[in-house]
Amino acid sequence: MLLINCPYCGERPELEFVHGGQAHIARPGNPAECSDQQWAEYLYRRDNIKGVHAERWRHVHGCGRFFNALRDTTSDQFLATYKVGEQPPAQPRKATA
Amino acid sequence: MSHALRTASGGRINRSRTVRFTFDGRELSGFEGDTLASALLANGVHLVGRSFKYHRPRGVLSAGPEEPNALVQIRRDAARVTPNLRATEVELYEGLAAQSQNRWPSLQLDVGAVNSLLSPFIPAGFYYKTFMWPRRAWQWLYEPRIRAAAGLGRAPAQPDPDSYCNRFAHCDVLVVGAGPAGLAAAHAAAESGARVILCEEQPQLGGSLLSEQEPGEALGEGEWLARTIQGLMTHPRVTVLTRTTAFGYFPHNLLGLEQRLTEHLAQPDPRQPRERQWQVRARQVVLATGAIERPLVFPGNDRPGIMLAGAARSYLNRYGVLAGRRAVLVTASDEAYRSALDLHRAGATVAAIIDVRPQASGELAEAARRAGLPVHTATTVIGTSGRLRVKSIRIQKLDAQGRPEAAAERIVCDLVLMSGGHTPSVHLFSQSRGTLHWNEALQAFLPGQSPEKARCAGACRGIFSADAARRDGQSAGALAARDAGLAVGTVISAPRLLETDGAAAPGQLPQPAGRPAAKAFVDWQNDVTSRDLSLAAREGFRSIEHVKRYTTTGMATDQGKTSNLNALGIVARQMGKAIPEVGLTTFRMPYTPVTFGSFAGYSRGELFDPVRTTPIHDWAVRKAAVFEDVGLWKRARYFPRNGESMHAAVTRECRAVRSGCGLFDASTLGKIEVVGKDAVTFMNRLYTNGWTSLAVGRCRYGILLRDDGFIYDDGIVARIAEDRFHVTTTTGGAARVLAMMEDYLQTEWRDLGVWLTSTTEQWAVIAVQGPSARHVLEGLVQDADLSAAALPHMSVAPGRICGVPMRLFRVSFTGELGFEINVPADFGSAVWEAVYEAGQPHGIAPYGTEAMHVLRAEKGYIIVGQDTDGTVTPDDAGLAWAIGTRKPDFLGKRALERPAMRSPDRKQLVGLLSAEPHVVLEEGAQILPDARATPPTRPIGHVTSSYYSATLGRSIALALVRAGRKRMGQTLYVPAANGNLPVQVVSPVFYDPKGSRQNA
Ligand SMILES: [Zn+2]
Repeated sequence: MLLINCPYCGERPELEFVHGGQAHIARPGNPAECSDQQWAEYLYRRDNIKGVHAERWRHVHGCGRFFNALRDTTSDQFLATYKVGEQPPAQPRKATA
Repeated sequence: MSHALRTASGGRINRSRTVRFTFDGRELSGFEGDTLASALLANGVHLVGRSFKYHRPRGVLSAGPEEPNALVQIRRDAARVTPNLRATEVELYEGLAAQSQNRWPSLQLDVGAVNSLLSPFIPAGFYYKTFMWPRRAWQWLYEPRIRAAAGLGRAPAQPDPDSYCNRFAHCDVLVVGAGPAGLAAAHAAAESGARVILCEEQPQLGGSLLSEQEPGEALGEGEWLARTIQGLMTHPRVTVLTRTTAFGYFPHNLLGLEQRLTEHLAQPDPRQPRERQWQVRARQVVLATGAIERPLVFPGNDRPGIMLAGAARSYLNRYGVLAGRRAVLVTASDEAYRSALDLHRAGATVAAIIDVRPQASGELAEAARRAGLPVHTATTVIGTSGRLRVKSIRIQKLDAQGRPEAAAERIVCDLVLMSGGHTPSVHLFSQSRGTLHWNEALQAFLPGQSPEKARCAGACRGIFSADAARRDGQSAGALAARDAGLAVGTVISAPRLLETDGAAAPGQLPQPAGRPAAKAFVDWQNDVTSRDLSLAAREGFRSIEHVKRYTTTGMATDQGKTSNLNALGIVARQMGKAIPEVGLTTFRMPYTPVTFGSFAGYSRGELFDPVRTTPIHDWAVRKAAVFEDVGLWKRARYFPRNGESMHAAVTRECRAVRSGCGLFDASTLGKIEVVGKDAVTFMNRLYTNGWTSLAVGRCRYGILLRDDGFIYDDGIVARIAEDRFHVTTTTGGAARVLAMMEDYLQTEWRDLGVWLTSTTEQWAVIAVQGPSARHVLEGLVQDADLSAAALPHMSVAPGRICGVPMRLFRVSFTGELGFEINVPADFGSAVWEAVYEAGQPHGIAPYGTEAMHVLRAEKGYIIVGQDTDGTVTPDDAGLAWAIGTRKPDFLGKRALERPAMRSPDRKQLVGLLSAEPHVVLEEGAQILPDARATPPTRPIGHVTSSYYSATLGRSIALALVRAGRKRMGQTLYVPAANGNLPVQVVSPVFYDPKGSRQNA
């Protein structure tokens, strides 16, 4: 069970959160202008990264807020969590142990 | 008292407290402080079980959690029978009743042992190779036989009457293992100011020191053990957990601990929990999990009386038991000489020390020679004898090329001790995803880096001597405290790894060529031999993970604690590779088996899952409603009167709604209050419908799509004020719709001024449906006009009922004149009863979800999740009218424009009437275009809802059918038990298609 640092509440066990998929995928501002291919990419294409991955979490059984996180998928260590709208912090080279 | 093999004195047992117990019904006794294994050995009992595959007689191999042979079943009563317990860890208590396993009719005479004679025909992969043909034989021959032959022990026949509990804990430093390294680590961390949890699987602290005659001596100073234990037990920052196994290492330093609270008690208080499972989140972890002695692989190495050298030393020094009177030691390391020396001092004969190394010149080997013990170097074991107990061992001296140098020699003995060196217990470290690296000198994998905040100390990282392990622990404990953020003084430096104490290369002992040797066991519990492993490698298995699964090595309940490395050595040699090139199989939790009870904890019976009930629930219970589970909700399914069948009750309830008045508890409907200056914008972007034109006081049926264009949820939405919507969702969809709304609001449309509040449990919803509904309510409602002109279909009005404030909806999910009264939940029950009373003159009847389903199906109203399945668009469901086509955007709009979503060949919602009106089609049944179609064929759709409609006097069904709307009037076919049943495609609206009833 991961220990997740909610940017609003602090460290809480994973039980209080739900995972929200890959982060930083903005809904196209004008969908009508998207080609079918572009729309399909937006809907379905996701990265499957071995390494540092930006993902969404929601502290559903806490403050209810969505936020983003950088997690190393090889070690499950979080490099950072940050609020919606913020840029991901510069990535350290390696997950800290 | 027949403790024939008990020493006159010594050990950590309480000789003044005799404990009686039975083994396979035989009455025996031991002392307080014994394990079942030590007590059996004290009574001269070596034969304790039969092996899994060949049913070979087996004895106690070890003195700890690695035990593969001595698995027993402990019975307290019919409900408390625990199989597969390791006798080496079972603490003796008065009246303990143990049984051996995997034998019939008795341990001494076991019919299954015939498998041993058949063993040439049971090679590795036997199961995969043999039971292939004929296929039908699986059912009546192979599977029943395998099931009868397999399995160790029996499950109890009654439910578990004991209770189990869970606890969450946090600490600065968790120390696993209380040997010299762990004790020192816990002490150093606590002294540095850390809050420490120290967990130890044994009942006492001390680890390997408990098996020393003078633990102080082993550490180079007296009294250290007692002083340290005393200090830890009384330390305010230290929690000591004994009888507690750290079974799993989970991400971010969460460890699972299983604490056994009553297993060791003769008369446990039934009110006391039997086990407690801890989930400990530690800032820092120190693993001091020790090492496990490696057996040697030689022909006939599995007879009772053949055990690990260190185990025999434990039985002697800790329990005062001589495991035998005439011992032979087979070793590849100096350390094991201690066992021979201790047995010699205790009065046993050491008939020989067989050292497989070319020379044995260490201090301990010299001590053995000085004591007159015969040491044979460059010698191997080529066989043993003895059926139920080892009687002799055959040895062979080999030259440098591995050829016999002299005639083989037979040595009579009743005990064979073996030691291939020690394997550090890296199980938990590896579970933490720590890397391991191979140490050539120690012939062992040692821990490297862990991504977790963990460090290893002592024998589990190859620091074997007690004194060095203690210093290593002291250093690790202080460093852990420092890394947990505590101010620490000087930290002593960790001892260097000593690579002098040799170890045998894992694998089989050298054997003279050309000799058909007896079985040499690698995995005792799963009966895997060196030959099985060589065969697997010869047959082309290259990955050690595949070899493991093919031969089943390491897959028994001991997870290969004693066998994995030897198996690896044999496979590596066969493949001509080095051990680290072949790699290691994955370590998985649990370290030792954990009971289901401890995982379940409190979550049993009523506490297994939460139950949600509505404010009207108790009334429904009083009316003998039959309930169904809808998610976590209990919903009344129907209200049988006077022993009615479900069919009769549903028919009556439907009639009441269609002809008079029905009363339905719709409180479980999801309800979300959408409020704010941008509420209408938000609703426009979210739902397919146009909301700008919806006037205050009016309702609209809304459809919510995912952005991929498929129906996600639906429900009535009412506009309460310009900036306030009362949104209802399906019962099951309430939480996920709110989550989806929050998602868009928080991440995509953060500029919108909108607030979302779940009000599902704040409103009780009472649906009053039927031609008499208005008359029923007239006398109860205040401040609201119920007339069709003032409150037409699909409108909402504030008001009061029985003096209680309400939101009164004029809506219908039945097709009849209908109202849904929303009142604060606390008034739900009182208002419900008032309506029920007022409805008596009109023949009001409560109806359940079953009648609700029939009534809505008669009207062709879909249920999301039943008539849709995540691949249905609004147009597919016949709901294109609910799409606000003039809106620039809404969730799913772009996806609906894809060509595939507009194909005329999509599955569409239609009604079906079976040719036989009394046949109710099966929900989920496939639909075929051709009467003569037989499998394999492609169905063109399926039945989604199907009921008997009392109103229409016949069965009806809803279905999704390819290009269904173009097939109106066609005959299609539904496969049934007695052939393909003809059905006619009709409109999904079976009743009152013009809607005049609901508009009344
Ligand atoms: Zn939070």
